[in-house]
Amino acid sequence: MEKNIDIDALAKLARLEVSKEELQKLENEIPAILAFVETIQKVSAKAPISKANLRNVIREDENPHETGIYTESLLSAAPAREGNRIAVKQVIKRNKE
Amino acid sequence: MLDIKTLTIAGARKDLDSKKYSSLELTKAYLSEIENRDGNIHAFLEVWRDNAISDAKAADERISRGESAPLTGIPIALKDNILVEARYVSAGSKILENYRAAYDSTAAKKLKEQNAVLLGRTNMDEFAMGSSTENSAFGPSKNPHDTARTPGGSSGGSAAAVAGNLALAALGSDTGGSVRQPGAFCGVVGLKPTYGSISRFGLIAMGSSLDQIGPLTKTVEDSRILFEAISGYDSNDSTSIKNREKSEKDVTPRARKLGVPRAFLKEGIQPDVLANFEKTLSVLEKAGHEIVNVEMPNLVHSLAVYYIVMPAEASTNLARFDGIRYGLSVKADVIEDTYRKTRGEGFGEEVRRRIILGTFVLSSGYADAYYRKARTVREIIRSDFTNVFNSVDAIVTPTTPGPAFKFGEKSDPLSMYLEDIFTVPVNLAGVPAISTPAGSVERGGVKLPLGFQIIGKPEDERLLFSIGKDVERAYPAPWRTA
Repeated sequence: MEKNIDIDALAKLARLEVSKEELQKLENEIPAILAFVETIQKVSAKAPISKANLRNVIREDENPHETGIYTESLLSAAPAREGNRIAVKQVIKRNKE
Repeated sequence: MLDIKTLTIAGARKDLDSKKYSSLELTKAYLSEIENRDGNIHAFLEVWRDNAISDAKAADERISRGESAPLTGIPIALKDNILVEARYVSAGSKILENYRAAYDSTAAKKLKEQNAVLLGRTNMDEFAMGSSTENSAFGPSKNPHDTARTPGGSSGGSAAAVAGNLALAALGSDTGGSVRQPGAFCGVVGLKPTYGSISRFGLIAMGSSLDQIGPLTKTVEDSRILFEAISGYDSNDSTSIKNREKSEKDVTPRARKLGVPRAFLKEGIQPDVLANFEKTLSVLEKAGHEIVNVEMPNLVHSLAVYYIVMPAEASTNLARFDGIRYGLSVKADVIEDTYRKTRGEGFGEEVRRRIILGTFVLSSGYADAYYRKARTVREIIRSDFTNVFNSVDAIVTPTTPGPAFKFGEKSDPLSMYLEDIFTVPVNLAGVPAISTPAGSVERGGVKLPLGFQIIGKPEDERLLFSIGKDVERAYPAPWRTA
């Protein structure tokens, strides 16, 4: 299995800021953990055919709750709000060059 | 006289109903124990003093009307990942340090409906990731039997609270052993019920196909009482089991066939812990049960499968913490940086490690070799259980390979992961298991409790309680001396 794992790229994918020191530490730890879990590659048996243990359950689209009854309790947890909206920072960067 | 050292839920129920003392007196007794002794143990992250007192008054009114339910007036602590409306709930993490729950978890709602007294929230490894509470962002809890040692984890605060007589019972959650292992380390009973038997609605998720809420109690009977109170179908949890049979009546005691997966038990177990386990087997034999060896050749792969499936699910679940809708938010110029900085600052080291691991095993090009392969092997492990349950009533193992370890002893992540070797297969299979105190070993002149794990068929908690009581009868309760 691949041993040079690009931790920095994974951290970017996971939207996680990781310091340089921690990156170095993880570059040793993650391959060690992967070497441990890779033992399952040796299991050759095929999975028994079983009925799915978990499946999606979707409730009927009916009996909606009264509009707005949860608005305040949910919005009060937001770090920034404008009226009845959650305020977020700019999503798309403006390229000035 | 109110002696909380020897008190159980069942005993307190009788005393409360016969007006020997009130729930207010009982609750105040626990609050003063917490005040006097929790500075040393650190089982609680927050004590809901005023709320507990008003809960107790409401319970006393209900008792005086003669309408008490099994948990009316009983002081219970909740792990810090179980939501109670309007109360802080942090999952032991900085990212949720100032978050207040917007709704009640189903488990908390059921406790409220019985007028139980909610004492406060207990310490845990951050997002339930760990086996010692050392990963809590708010400092570790200590084992009441030896404060130089961990109480286990991740539900270490709940186990320490019950063992240290700071709560009459507590709820924890178990993803790979997080109720049973701290139960074993602290000398109390820990139950991981059948997947789907207790609603996960309002439980902060780690590995959704593995997580299950479970009680930590002093006795097996108390475990049954608490389990019955909070289990049941819930339309808010899509994995909730419908039409579950109640375990209220004990199964008629009769000889049972108990399977021991001998080959699996060799893995890193301490010799005197194995000897103590053999002793418990002979106790059960004397009680009339038959002990047989069973082959479960795929259990050896359990930890490897677990450390793929769990981080995959955890990294997915934790994607919701983005600094936008709730919790910590680190200011930045663009939204991308808000995400990265909030998550980088808010999550602790072990959580970041598992997010990276989960992101890797799910990433394009590796998902087949890791995540999908792990799911296949998980099914093979599950079939080991199904096959063995054709010939035995229950499977028994030690709960842990050793007694409570010292702080800092398992600093390498892999050595900490190995702590869960006997408990993880149960979560992968979704079956129920109970850890009940059974003997002790001595380390540094201190007697440390050990747990005996009984694993049952899906929805067969009744049998676990019945065999658990056989074990319980043979050993003096360790919480009396803590």
